[in-house]
Amino acid sequence: MKATVENRPVSDRPRPEEYVTPEVNIFETRDEYVVEAEMPGVDKDGLEITLEGNEITITGHRKPAQAKGSPILRERQTVDFRRVFELDPAIDTARISAKMEQGLLTLALPKSERVKPRKITVD
Amino acid sequence: MKLTRWQRPELATWPAFGRLTDLRDEIDRLFDTPLSELARTSQLLSGWTQALDLHEDRDNITVEMELPGMKKEDIDISLHNGSLSISGERKSEEKYEKAEVYRAERFVGRFQRTVTLPAPVALDKVKAQYKDGVLTVTLPKTEEAKPKQIDVQVS
Repeated sequence: MKATVENRPVSDRPRPEEYVTPEVNIFETRDEYVVEAEMPGVDKDGLEITLEGNEITITGHRKPAQAKGSPILRERQTVDFRRVFELDPAIDTARISAKMEQGLLTLALPKSERVKPRKITVD
Repeated sequence: MKLTRWQRPELATWPAFGRLTDLRDEIDRLFDTPLSELARTSQLLSGWTQALDLHEDRDNITVEMELPGMKKEDIDISLHNGSLSISGERKSEEKYEKAEVYRAERFVGRFQRTVTLPAPVALDKVKAQYKDGVLTVTLPKTEEAKPKQIDVQVS
């Protein structure tokens, strides 16, 4: 993972900073939350996930396009992806894991043990 | 049989006024909302965009299409009469069928996209690659379609 944009000196920052919002699905199961975000053209190395307080930011840096001749149709965006999510306090932030597969980021956000529904047996 | 009070027919025959006001509201709403927000709610704009780039150089035509999170087997590529068709289906994941859904922005279902190629291509040399959710189809031009350079002898 690369250094975060915020840590770079001001002069290095690309201006203006523009992003596109990746489309997401969010699920909740008994044990975890799952976020799926579509970031076509981003590989594992271009991915940046930062956790700050109760917010998680996902940023996907696209690889610079190689020259392939003159453009006839150009619909693909060139700016990076970014989206911020607020986290449920029940999430165990230490156990968050991420997977990148064919431009689809899957974030698994497990709930901490104490909030999971459980059965109490009576002696 | 029920006896109803007679009504002025004009009221019933001019529904267009009502519809016009609706249309005005619709337009007002359109300008008030950022388009990206609207795309999430409106049926009209909520289809899958499948952004596509088409480049041409001396030897090849290159088509790149964004298809994140697909399986290679679910993508079909076909060539017909100088057009390239990319189609496929994205299925919903059974894994999360029982889960609570908070957001479902990702497209599910069949899609198809056809583009007309700017030059004839050698069908047997077409190559496709699916990487990082981007499908790249490289279509080499036929020898006849390539620009030629003629050397002129200057004496």
